[in-house]
Amino acid sequence: MKVTGAQAIIKCLEEQGVEVIFGFPGGAVIDIYDELTRSKITHVLVRHEQAAVHAADAYGRVRGEVGVALVTSGPGATNTVTGIASAYMDSIPMVVFTGQVPTKLIGNDAFQEVDIVGITRPCTKHNYLVKNPEDLVPTIREAFHIARTGRPGPVLIDLPKDVVAAKISFPKPEPIKMQTYRPTYEPHPGQIEKACRAIMKSDRPVIYAGGGVIASNASEELTELARKLNMPVTMTLMGLGGFPGTDRLSMGMLGMHGTYYANMAVANCDLLIAVGARFDDRVTGKIDAFAPHAKIIHIDIDPASISKNVEVDIPMVADCKHALTAINRWFDRQADFDREAEAAKHGPWCEQIEDWRRKHPLGYAADGDIIKPQYVVQKLHELTGGDAIITTEVGQNQMWAAQFYHFNKPRAFMTSGGLGVMGYGFPAAIGAQMAAPDRTVIDIAGDGSIQMNIQELATARQYRCPVKIAILNNGYLGMVRQWQELFYDKRYSHTTLEATPDFVALARAYGAVGLRATKVSEVEPVIKEALATDNVVMMDFVIAREEGVYPMVPAGKATTEMLLV
Amino acid sequence: MMNKDNQMKHTISVLLQNKPGVLSRVTGLFSGRGFNIESLCVASTLDPTVSCLTLVTSGENNIIEQITKQLHKLIDVIKVVDISEETDYVEREMVILRVKAEANTRAEVLRVIDIFRGKVVDVSPKSYAVEITGSTNKIQAVIDILKPIGIQEIVRSGVIAMARAKKN
Repeated sequence: MKVTGAQAIIKCLEEQGVEVIFGFPGGAVIDIYDELTRSKITHVLVRHEQAAVHAADAYGRVRGEVGVALVTSGPGATNTVTGIASAYMDSIPMVVFTGQVPTKLIGNDAFQEVDIVGITRPCTKHNYLVKNPEDLVPTIREAFHIARTGRPGPVLIDLPKDVVAAKISFPKPEPIKMQTYRPTYEPHPGQIEKACRAIMKSDRPVIYAGGGVIASNASEELTELARKLNMPVTMTLMGLGGFPGTDRLSMGMLGMHGTYYANMAVANCDLLIAVGARFDDRVTGKIDAFAPHAKIIHIDIDPASISKNVEVDIPMVADCKHALTAINRWFDRQADFDREAEAAKHGPWCEQIEDWRRKHPLGYAADGDIIKPQYVVQKLHELTGGDAIITTEVGQNQMWAAQFYHFNKPRAFMTSGGLGVMGYGFPAAIGAQMAAPDRTVIDIAGDGSIQMNIQELATARQYRCPVKIAILNNGYLGMVRQWQELFYDKRYSHTTLEATPDFVALARAYGAVGLRATKVSEVEPVIKEALATDNVVMMDFVIAREEGVYPMVPAGKATTEMLLV
Repeated sequence: MMNKDNQMKHTISVLLQNKPGVLSRVTGLFSGRGFNIESLCVASTLDPTVSCLTLVTSGENNIIEQITKQLHKLIDVIKVVDISEETDYVEREMVILRVKAEANTRAEVLRVIDIFRGKVVDVSPKSYAVEITGSTNKIQAVIDILKPIGIQEIVRSGVIAMARAKKN
């Protein structure tokens, strides 16, 4: 039976179990949009293509599935680039469909033509231009396979209009066999043995958990290992929620804005167990001074991540879940392994970390009636029982969210970690809400970054996504201002935001609810009202203007050289 | 071979799927990650769906390790071999030179080309075009010797290489 390319695309999406896609129509994809009218797939019409990709990103993260975005050619395609690059840096599984001019016009500078495959080559895991209609179905299946397996990532498929219109056969699905792409999931038994022996020898171990723990659903295995052997855990921004943030073994985040005790622990540990983390510069600071006394075990599914920034002692190319399971089983099988003695051996080390924690806890100074941003995040945590899905923009809001909303579960924190996209949080919140309609979803935002995708208020309203936006409004591009305060002699070059809209009135203009708090006593009532409102709510918290994010490791310094509150 | 920054030269052989855009994935990887390419040579193998790409690069060991890993990560790459890590291998490059050859130097040019087992491929009243094949060192030696006589045009192919078969 012959189908059109457009029908085949929709059939492929259904076959992949896709329920929701995010997109924006245009001339080159009009046939696919027409076909959508005959499908059960929900399409969310965004107001800017960048938002479609961020929403698909967060949708995929919440569900643990591949997010899907659909846009037209030319500007539709170029608008997706930031979202794709963010998903690539954060290893988020995603398939992006872009329209393209008809094959015979490609290269002709046709209307709304752009070489999106060329443009996105360095920021996709893989991409395709489908020139032969018969390749369409196998390409889509392969794209989903590549996006979700190995180190996940975005895959783009460029669809010329004539390919979408062509009549083609629809082959039955077959197991995907690729000659050139076979990610390694199972750890090498010899490396497991070496890693476990190193763990047994260690007196001062630290687990350094990254986004790979979330991506591979390895939280339980990680928690089992940490508790079994009484090993403290620190997480990267992408790893938050991978281990319960309120557990006594959690040291919170490490790195530039990490906790004092996490950075001190890494600097003094004798064994660093990196699980699905990539030794990013925001984590390591000055590379020579990072974990200088430690033997390093590095578990990562991407061989290229291993020994890229830091030379490791025990590399292990594997899926985090498989590797941690193997490590846990190794200890279970060990006849001479005395679990209690081993856990007790790390007691003095945990006590040392407790000392550091007591000395410099995460904190801030209250200041009368003035609202401190950290207080807002704490209250959000308290009033949602720590159970909300939090998205963030980028800058101070992101760091305060990471520090003060103690995530106990994975897939509850969506942030643009690697690329650092201002404007990520709000569309991501919409994507997260579409993925989990019954959960509370809050975008913790700044007054600067919320304006980068504020047009999505219309999308949230149209699809009745009752997301909550908490704007930490200080009238500045706060993180850059903080750097200017510390390192540029307070010359606040172009970081002061003037003519900021009245967010309460703006929310109303979109049919959403706007609330404002200008003093401490108003914070709780505003949050309570927002949580009780079945609509989009924009909360404008007017906060201490020059509050900074601390601790802070100045760029290029050792992580022990922290500026404290 | 060491260059002036004391970095090892490496000859890397890459088998890739012969599809549009594959070469730009490879070159884009090098420019995007700040690796250098000293020469690059690519053509199809016996299997027309597979191409073999030979590239010469230089860098410290950790950089070369990253280069091979990142190449391997490209979906269209089938196999990556750092040939210069093999115990023994053959490496060849071809050059075509147009050398000034006037009455007083014609015989001299022919003698030099003969020594290097080169071949004249084009003749004009005032020049010879010659082809010479050999290791990069040999090609460099020919160029050094012919330069004082006058090289008018030069085209080099870039290096291709193959590991030698195991003897036992």
